[in-house]
Amino acid sequence: MSKPIELRPDETFVVNVGPQHPATHGVLRVKMRMDGEYIVEAETVIGYIHRMHEKMGELKTYPQFLMNLSRMDYLGAMGYCHGHVLCVEKAAGIEVPERAEYIRVIMVELNRIASHLFWFGAFVMDLGGFSPLMYALQDREYILDMMESVTGSRLTYCYFRFGGLYNDIDDEFIAAARRFIPRMRKSMAKYEKLVTGNVIFRKRLEGNAFLSKEVCRKYGASSAVARGSGINFDVRKNEPYSVYPEFNFDIPVFHECDSLARYNVRMAEIEQSLRIVEQALDKLPDGPIMPAKAPKIIKPNAGDYYQAVETARGSFGVRLVSDGGKTPYRLKLRSPTYSNMHLFDETCTGMMIMDALAFMGSLDLVIPEIDR
Amino acid sequence: MSLTLLNVIFAVVVAIAFAALNAAYLVWAERRGAGRIQRRPGPNINGPFGLFQPPLDGLKLMAKQLTIPGGADKILFVAAPVLSMFPAIMSFVTIPFSEMIVAHNMNVGLLMIFAFASSGSMALLFAGWSSRNKYAMMSAVRSVSQAVAYEIPMLITAITIVLMTGTMDLMEIVRQQGPSILHWNIFPLLTNSHNLLMPFSFLIFFTCTLAETNRAPFDLGEAESELVAGFHIEYGSMGFGLFFMAEYANIVIGSCLTTILFLGGWHPPLPFLGFIPGVVWFLLKIYILIATFIWIRWTFPRTTIYGLLNLSWKILIPISLFNLLLTAGLLKVF
Amino acid sequence: MSAELVLSSVIFFGLAVIIPVIMLLTAVFGPRSGGVAKNDAYESGIKHVVGMADQKFSVKFYLLAILFLIFDIEAVFMYPWAVSLRELGMFGFLEMVVFILLLLTGLIYILKKGVLNWR
Repeated sequence: MSKPIELRPDETFVVNVGPQHPATHGVLRVKMRMDGEYIVEAETVIGYIHRMHEKMGELKTYPQFLMNLSRMDYLGAMGYCHGHVLCVEKAAGIEVPERAEYIRVIMVELNRIASHLFWFGAFVMDLGGFSPLMYALQDREYILDMMESVTGSRLTYCYFRFGGLYNDIDDEFIAAARRFIPRMRKSMAKYEKLVTGNVIFRKRLEGNAFLSKEVCRKYGASSAVARGSGINFDVRKNEPYSVYPEFNFDIPVFHECDSLARYNVRMAEIEQSLRIVEQALDKLPDGPIMPAKAPKIIKPNAGDYYQAVETARGSFGVRLVSDGGKTPYRLKLRSPTYSNMHLFDETCTGMMIMDALAFMGSLDLVIPEIDR
Repeated sequence: MSLTLLNVIFAVVVAIAFAALNAAYLVWAERRGAGRIQRRPGPNINGPFGLFQPPLDGLKLMAKQLTIPGGADKILFVAAPVLSMFPAIMSFVTIPFSEMIVAHNMNVGLLMIFAFASSGSMALLFAGWSSRNKYAMMSAVRSVSQAVAYEIPMLITAITIVLMTGTMDLMEIVRQQGPSILHWNIFPLLTNSHNLLMPFSFLIFFTCTLAETNRAPFDLGEAESELVAGFHIEYGSMGFGLFFMAEYANIVIGSCLTTILFLGGWHPPLPFLGFIPGVVWFLLKIYILIATFIWIRWTFPRTTIYGLLNLSWKILIPISLFNLLLTAGLLKVF
Repeated sequence: MSAELVLSSVIFFGLAVIIPVIMLLTAVFGPRSGGVAKNDAYESGIKHVVGMADQKFSVKFYLLAILFLIFDIEAVFMYPWAVSLRELGMFGFLEMVVFILLLLTGLIYILKKGVLNWR
C-alpha cells in the first residue's frame, strides 16, 4: 500500500504518473510531489498487474509452470525460461545434450537483442523522438519471424523443456540468423549516427541521474544500470552457466554513471550478443536435442537450489525449495527490474520531471516483470 | 463601393479557405511524411493516397461528445479552442501571396501579425488553466514561458528587417527584395545593409517559429512522455480539432512570414523565371519550409524546458540584439 | 479610415470568430452522457483526483513572465525607431546604442543573479 496523499499549504502538489500514463510503459504508478517542474519526493507504487506467478509455481507441476515464465517478461522471455529450466535440471539431475544448450544460448542472445532493440526505440520515444522506434521494431521483427519459425510463437515462448528443447532448428533458421548478423551491424551504425550522435539526445542524457556504485550496490542493481556505473558484474562471466564459457565475448562497462552510460552499455551489449550468436552458429554441434531417457515426471530431490542467469534486464534468479514432490515447496523468482526500479525514488528527488522520466526510461522497466 | 466590397469579400473568403484547407491537409501531409520517414505507408485507405482522410477525421471529431470536466471553468474551457483558431485565421488578412493576391494590405502588417501571433499563447493558458488538470496546468505554464521567451528574439530579428527596409508594410518589404535571389534578405551582399549576419538572423527566426508554433523539438507543452497531451488533454471532439487545426494554421503563418521577411516573398530566384506567377513561387517557398518543419519533427528528440529557455535567453536574445546594433551601424556607416 | 477598411475588418473579424464557433456546435449535436468518472479530470487513471490544479505554482515562471514584459515592451518600442531611423540620423542611432547597451546590461545582471539557472 502506498501512503495516502496529503495536501500541504505550500506550493507543492502531487502528480500521479501512472498507472495509465504513456511514460511508464505499463501499469506502474509513481506519485510525485512537485514544486513547479521539480520533484520534491517520489514514491513508486507497484502491484497493478500482480499475477502470483510464484504461488502458481507452488501449485502447478514443473512442466505446467513452464509457460508462466515467458509471461513474466514478455520482451526478453527466453532468458527467464532459461533460468527456470536450468534450475530444475540442476535439482532433478537431468543432463542436457550439448546441441540443445547451444541452441538455447542462440535463442537467449537473439531475444536479448530483440529486447534491447525495443528498449532503444521506447527510450528514444520517451525523449520525444518517434522515428527510431519504427526502425528498431523493423529489426526486431526480423528476429521475431526467425523465432516464430522454430518456437511457434513470437513473444511468449514455451520452447525450452527440462532436458532440452521442443523443436530443433533447421538450415533455414541458421541461414536467416547468419543474414541477420551483418544486417544488424549495419543498423547499429545507423542508430549511432541518428541517435547517439544527436546533440539534443546527448545533452539530455549526459550527467542525467548520477547513480553511484554505492547506490547500485545498496539496491542490488544489475544489468546496464550497474554496468553503467562501473560495476563489472555479469552472471554470464561471474557465475558461468550453460555453455557461455566456450564463447569469447566482453562485458561492456562504462564509468560515467549517467543515463548516457546506461544507454551505451545496452547498445554495446547488442554487438556482444551478435558475437555470441556468430560463434554459437559456427560451433553448433550435431546430436539430439533431448536426452535419450528424459524423465516423464519431474521429481527433483529434496533440497534448496538456486540458479542465476543474465537476462536482458539483469540478473534473474530462481530459488527452488523442493520436498521431493511433483510441485515445488517454494519457488522464488528474483526479478532484476524490481531492484533496479527502487533506485528511482531516491535518485529522482530534486530532478526535473523531464529528466526523471528520461532516467526511468534508461532503467529499462518492464512492469509485468516487477509485479510478477 | 460595391465592386471593392465584392473584391474584399472574395479575398476574405479565399484567405479563410486557404487557411482551413491548409490546416486540414497539412495533417495529411504530416502523417504521410512521417510514414515516409518511418518506412510505413501512413494513411492510404480513404481515397487516392488517403486524401479523404482529413475531412473524414473532421466528421468523426464532430460526431463526438465535447466533455467538460466537472471542476472546469466552463466559459474559458469552451472559449480557448475558439481563441486559438481565431488569431490564426486573422493573420491571413495581411499576408501577400503575390503582388495581386492579398486580402487587405496594411502599412503595419508586420506588427499586426505579431500581435495576433502572441495572443495565441493566451488560448493555451486558458485551455490549461480552465481544465483543472495538473498536466494541463504544467503544460500551460510551460507553453507560455516558451512562447514569451521566443517572441523576444523573433521581434528583435524582425526589427533588423524593418531597419533595412524602412517599413512594416509586408508588400513593400517583399518589393524591395527583387528581382533575383541575391536581393533576398537572407543573402546580405546586395541588400542595402551588407550585414553578413543575416543568414544567422534567418536561422534565429526559423528556430523561433518552430518554438512559437510548439513544434518538435520544442513541443514542451505537448510532451506526451510526461504531460500525456499537455494543455489539450481534457479536450475531445472539435475542441481538440480546433487546437489541432490552429497548430497547422500557425505553421503556415510562420512559414509565410519567414518567406516574406527573408526569402523574397513572391519573387522568383532568378529574374528570367518571372513568367511563372508570383503566387506559385510563394507557395513553393512556404511548402519547402513546412516540409522542413515536418522533417525536423520526425528526426529530433525533444529538448528540455531549461535547455529551451536557456537557448532563448542566453544565446538567441544577445545575438539578435547584437545583430540589430550591427545592422543599424552598417546602415549608418555605409 | 475608409469605409472599405472598416467593412472588411468587420467581415473578417466576424468570420474568424464565427467559423470556430460553428465547429464547436458539436457540443449541441454530439452525444451527451456523463458520470462521476467521466467528468473527472484525467490523472493517469487514478479515480479521484487529489488536490486541485488551480493552485499556487512555482514562482520561477512568474519571474520569466515579468522578464518577458520588460523585453517585449522594449522590443515594441524599437519598431517606430526602426521605421524612422533614416530620418533620425546619427543621433537616433547613438541613442538606440545606449538603450540597447542598457538592456544588455540588464540581461547580464539577470543572468548573473541566476534567475535562469535551472540545475
